[in-house]
Amino acid sequence: MSDQEGTGAASTPPERIVIGIAFGNSNSSIAFTSKEGKAEVIANEDGDRQIPSMLSYVQGEEYHGTQAKTHLVRNSKNTIAYFRDFLGQDFKSIDPTPCHASAHPIEHESTVAFSIQESAEEGTHVPITVSEITTRHLRRLASSASDFLGKSVNAAVITVPTDFSEKQRDALISAAQVAGIDILQIIHEPIATVLAYDARPESKVLDKVVVVADFGGTRSDVAIIASRGGMYTILATAHDYSLGGANLDQALIDYFAKEFTKKHKTDPRENTRSLAKLKLEAEATKKALSLGASGSFSVESLADGIDYNSTVNRTRYELLAGKVFSGFTRLVEGAIQKAGLDVLDVDEVILSGGASHTPKIACILQSVFPEKASILAPSTSATAINPSELAARGAAIQANLIQEFDKEDIEQSTHPVVTATPHLAYAIGVVAISSDEKHGIFKPLMEAETAVPVRRSAQIATPKEGGDVLIRICEGLREIKAHKPEPKPKVNGNKPGNASDGDGEDSGVSDDDEEEIRQIVWKAGRVLAEAAIRGVKKGGKVEVGVNVGEDLSLSITAREVGGKGGVRGVVGRPKAAENGSA
Amino acid sequence: MASTQVILPLPILPEGWTGEKDFRPFSSISTATSRNIEPVGPHFLAHARRKRHQRTFSEDDRIQAQEKVKKVEDDDAGEISEPEDPMLLSRDAKDWKGQDHYAVLGLSKYRYKATEDQIKRAHRKKVLKHHPDKKAAAGSTEDDSFFKCIQKATEILLDPVKRRQFDSVDEAADVDPPSKKETQKGNFYKLWRPVFAAEARFSKIQPVPILGDDKSTKEEVEDFYNFWYNFDSWRSFEYQDEDVPDDNENRDQKRYVERKNNAARKKKKTEDTARLRRLVDDALALDERIKKFRQQERAHKDRRRLEKEAEAKKAAEDAVRAKEEEARARAEAEERAKAEKAEGKKAKDAAKNAVKKNKRVLKGAVKDSNYFCGAGDASASVIDSVLSDVELVISKVDNEELAALAGKLNGKKDAKEVKSVYAEEVKRLQGEGKLKAGDGKTLLD
Repeated sequence: MSDQEGTGAASTPPERIVIGIAFGNSNSSIAFTSKEGKAEVIANEDGDRQIPSMLSYVQGEEYHGTQAKTHLVRNSKNTIAYFRDFLGQDFKSIDPTPCHASAHPIEHESTVAFSIQESAEEGTHVPITVSEITTRHLRRLASSASDFLGKSVNAAVITVPTDFSEKQRDALISAAQVAGIDILQIIHEPIATVLAYDARPESKVLDKVVVVADFGGTRSDVAIIASRGGMYTILATAHDYSLGGANLDQALIDYFAKEFTKKHKTDPRENTRSLAKLKLEAEATKKALSLGASGSFSVESLADGIDYNSTVNRTRYELLAGKVFSGFTRLVEGAIQKAGLDVLDVDEVILSGGASHTPKIACILQSVFPEKASILAPSTSATAINPSELAARGAAIQANLIQEFDKEDIEQSTHPVVTATPHLAYAIGVVAISSDEKHGIFKPLMEAETAVPVRRSAQIATPKEGGDVLIRICEGLREIKAHKPEPKPKVNGNKPGNASDGDGEDSGVSDDDEEEIRQIVWKAGRVLAEAAIRGVKKGGKVEVGVNVGEDLSLSITAREVGGKGGVRGVVGRPKAAENGSA
Repeated sequence: MASTQVILPLPILPEGWTGEKDFRPFSSISTATSRNIEPVGPHFLAHARRKRHQRTFSEDDRIQAQEKVKKVEDDDAGEISEPEDPMLLSRDAKDWKGQDHYAVLGLSKYRYKATEDQIKRAHRKKVLKHHPDKKAAAGSTEDDSFFKCIQKATEILLDPVKRRQFDSVDEAADVDPPSKKETQKGNFYKLWRPVFAAEARFSKIQPVPILGDDKSTKEEVEDFYNFWYNFDSWRSFEYQDEDVPDDNENRDQKRYVERKNNAARKKKKTEDTARLRRLVDDALALDERIKKFRQQERAHKDRRRLEKEAEAKKAAEDAVRAKEEEARARAEAEERAKAEKAEGKKAKDAAKNAVKKNKRVLKGAVKDSNYFCGAGDASASVIDSVLSDVELVISKVDNEELAALAGKLNGKKDAKEVKSVYAEEVKRLQGEGKLKAGDGKTLLD
């Protein structure tokens, strides 16, 4: 975006081929940014865009991705899966549950390892550490990308969950280094997700609160992000390490296992191999149900040599998985509460992760959030991006942005000195009037949680007859008002863009149900400054610019649109002389 | 972010509101919470840039805008914008042979250097301006002659073969060589460089050696003139063909025209080659460097000759000296030989004398001993035999033995003593075999 910082990049050694990697517990994706600036996810040799983060060793041969996944049935002991979260952790602090059906983690020299029979000879079990597995996995990913691009990939931007510790990041960086990948930056999955959407050419830079719900295979993460003028701040995160697509699979497994037991009097869940088969097929059925109204389930020789065929329709599936769905919603609501916000504050909900393909989840969330919030999921939005690809795309976009920079430049830019910034505690806005309310209505120009320094400007209408007008800049307090439906509620759109027509006349919104209607109402708080513009022409507009400096000093400019002169004033920073100087 | 629009009006200024310069600050912003921004996305990069370089929004905007402008300028470099000559605009498209295609497209400052991309862009630009539909929309006449000129120019310039043909006869790209007077007055290199640069466009071999300057080496200059004397030109003169055979003419006519054209082309080509040769001749004649090199060569030759002469002189001197040396050495040797000779003679004489003396001693001793006859007079025959034996002994001994014998005999008067000496000597000689047993018996006892 700027050559300013790219100037130093001339000296960078050979061409840097950067890709974005979304390294997930269950699946990984790789993406690159094409010459036209479009992020695209790369399919590996098997044609997969979601590459299972699994490696399987059979007779000295290494299988990766989907090929490794099929080995879960026959060769589960030598198949390593769900290892991402173990990276850089102590054996004591890991939760090995997801690995129940694959190679079990063991303690090895204070790190986590898997005991794998790597070579063809029997009984030669070697411990492979998690970092080694990560290195092998990343190497495979990079080689897939290199094959696709025709150029050797040597750098990457990689995504991690928000709760990844410093130690885990370091472990990831060194594992990638061994694989010959220079990690330019580690970015948070939810941020990459938001970036994937915001980088679309049609998207506008707005002040919004985004909820990123990442429902993965084995875990779910929710992040509440304040997006202010294209800058992102995470307000709160919530994690659930035992909730994810696997739970949806489990619901289907239980259902089909019961059906099977009813017919054949044996429970396939008791046999590990049958269970593995059930799992694989249940996942396939779940995916089918995300697309169609019914999904078939068929496993050859499920148990006791009996083939099993069945179908399930979406309604039944949704009933079966109802509990899991509510778990997802609870997680989202919990995160919003944690951020001290209300569902009304949310402008956008982005569903990411494999489980987000499920239409019901989007549907439930739609009912949780107000109508103005857009739910970005394949079933609710036609333009939604594949939720499984979001993180990888975001990483690729970021990779494209920073690939020209020097390593040093990137480090400096991501240093806490730059990233740690004060955020406005309250919204700052201007007081306007509506025709019937003389005391004024607060119109926010800057939302709360906006990182300073920040600059905003607005064009504000003046009374019809023109004349002298008062500009009162104050802080705003957001309140949530619950209305009974009887009195006609006023719409004081919580966003400038949502305001109704020019006369400021109220238009009743709702003829809804008996439920009380909750709304966001702004209340003008502390007055920061006042300015006057004299002699505004009829129908003229006043442009107000508000600039908050890094030290929270406020400078205000106001002038009539097309007019000359104008008013300019500064309010000093807090703790300094309260009244500042004019 | 673009400025937001607030539709609700501002309140009217209450009466009696006053403020310094119409502004009244009240209180500062509430204390902010500190959070981490996620270091991701273009807007963050802008933020990081501002923060790291400590720029304000407007400063950063300005710097970014400047850079953008620079970039745009770079992109625009080589953009085609030339004022259009009204004469050119009113050209008849039918007379395309006489038209300057580069000028039509506004590329006159590039001419043969214009890239294909430039031509395409220029064409596009001109078409946008002169398209007949546009003209019609603007209400002017439906005169599309200039548009046709543009199309023709593009057709020719975008076809490599036709473009070469046109470039071959593109007089506007020629640079006339400066006259002799001009060259002598002005800077040779400055005046001739463009001439050769323009001629170089016809070279099949690229790149063409450059004219260089004062500091060019002899090789460079020689290369340059050799290149131009062996110039391989692609210049051709089809474009100036007077008649172009057209399909509905009969074969003979066509062949005739072709022959005529070929002859004309050939003639022009020969003329052109001759012209170029003259041009290079002129340049060569005026080139100071050639003179310089010649002078240098002459100087070099002179120096060599002088050196040679000096060498020859030195050699002659050396020879003379050697001769003298030799003569002296010879003289010295002669001298020495003479001296030696003289010395030898003296010694010889002395030896002779000594021998004589010894002989005398020997004979004297015999005489003194009265020829071993005791007291009486010795008879003549005795004397004679004794003396002959003495003679015999003397003849048989060498000088040293003689001297020794003489030493022994010297002063001895006693006949016995003398005789014993002689006897001893004779015996010795006999022992050595120099005397026969019978000889010298007078000297024996």
